Amino acid sequence: MSNERNELNKQLAQMLKGGVIMDVTTPEQAKIAQAAGACAVMALERIPADIRSAGGVSRMSDPAMIKSIQDAVTIPVMAKCRIGHFMEAKVLEAIDIDYIDESEVLSPADDKYHIDKNGFSTPFVCGARDLGEALRRVAEGATMIRTKGEPGTGDVVQAVRHMRLINSQIRLVQNMRKDELFEAAKEFQVPLDLLCFVHANGKLPVVNFAAGGIATPADAALMMHLGAQGVFVGSGIFKSGNPQKRAEAIVNAVTNYQDARLVAELSTDLGEAMVGINEDEIKIIMEQRGL
Amino acid sequence: MEIGVLALQGAFIEHEMMLEKLGVSVREIRQKKDLDSQLDGLIIPGGESTVMGKLLVDLDLVDSLNEKIGKGLPAFGTCAGLILLAKEVDGKPGLLGTMNISAKRNAYGRQSGSFVATEVFAYKRSVLMTFIRAPYIESVDHSVEILARVDGNIVAARENNILVTAFHPELDGDTFVHEYFLDIVKKYIESQKNEA
Repeated sequence: MSNERNELNKQLAQMLKGGVIMDVTTPEQAKIAQAAGACAVMALERIPADIRSAGGVSRMSDPAMIKSIQDAVTIPVMAKCRIGHFMEAKVLEAIDIDYIDESEVLSPADDKYHIDKNGFSTPFVCGARDLGEALRRVAEGATMIRTKGEPGTGDVVQAVRHMRLINSQIRLVQNMRKDELFEAAKEFQVPLDLLCFVHANGKLPVVNFAAGGIATPADAALMMHLGAQGVFVGSGIFKSGNPQKRAEAIVNAVTNYQDARLVAELSTDLGEAMVGINEDEIKIIMEQRGL
Repeated sequence: MEIGVLALQGAFIEHEMMLEKLGVSVREIRQKKDLDSQLDGLIIPGGESTVMGKLLVDLDLVDSLNEKIGKGLPAFGTCAGLILLAKEVDGKPGLLGTMNISAKRNAYGRQSGSFVATEVFAYKRSVLMTFIRAPYIESVDHSVEILARVDGNIVAARENNILVTAFHPELDGDTFVHEYFLDIVKKYIESQKNEA
């Protein structure tokens, strides 16, 4: 990938900031998401909560289904490929997807290597639990990062943990002496130049969103307070009682996360939230996929 | 001088950084109450125009902004901001619709069509222009001055107090286009003083 393309791909993520990216499985849902103010949609056959309950191997979606969603909306369309499955990624690139999510939500295709994303012109977003994972994904060519959280649970605890950890590690690196960075790069298992960027700028070299378990406007606002630059909402919207209203409320809460009174209004009468599963009740831990 | 930056969604911080570099105070506009005290200019940033449009309606900001821009408040829209300010978008009425231009959304297709070009801006000098899933301007009224073209398509224009670019001058570190906007703002401030 040329430097220029890499910059353009980082910059598309910059345009998504302050927005909500919603998982959708049909063109109808995509239209609802766009009308509710989603800044992009993630096209997938099954949302994480259903992947979790269905079990089995979870793969890239049918290109026909993704295309039907591309035709239904004007906002960017993203789609997921399995970790390490560069062929699925090439298929998604071939159908002109706007962003590829190399995602732990699907079954990993490679338990050792991620995709060399530098070889693609299509941008990639990847999940991370800590600064090391985030910078390794950037080194591989990811131009956007999101917390892994624990998808499909409606439990925000892991997303909070990951966002806090990434940001506290950034602060730690920022406050290091320059001569300590060489050792820190070894400890974090990341390229020195990326760590130097974090040291100098106090942030990741790419945009960082929150994802995994976000189900309410207050969840979304919480993540924004913790330093997220936007949020992904997967199962939280279309597994709830009133998807459109909830989607609109989450979009508004991300914009005005600092106004608790408004978030209170937005949280009122939303109908039932997705049921949710607690961290210790789940069998498949997706966050441990792809480190 | 204080410039408002619409901070509903998108790349508003990048604009704020450009203004700070030029020594200008910035106010983020997220709600109606943020418009209460006087502003000297308004920037509508890049992002997703459907999102910003939806939030402008939800937060009841459309009429207030239109009134201010209609009364001469300098406004500068980039990419999504251009779409919101255009009178017509893909043959339908634009949301704010204060500028007599017709815009084509996602005119270069999906992200694979995003690109960088270098062209002359406002007959002055070349600037680097970054286009991200960008629109362009299909047609303009007589009252509109065309400021830049790329491959024959109009990508920057001005009508009195309103400036729009299809590209993102906030992304590349060059403050030239922002300085051009601040010249419009300075003239506006002077004219306000003269009226007073």
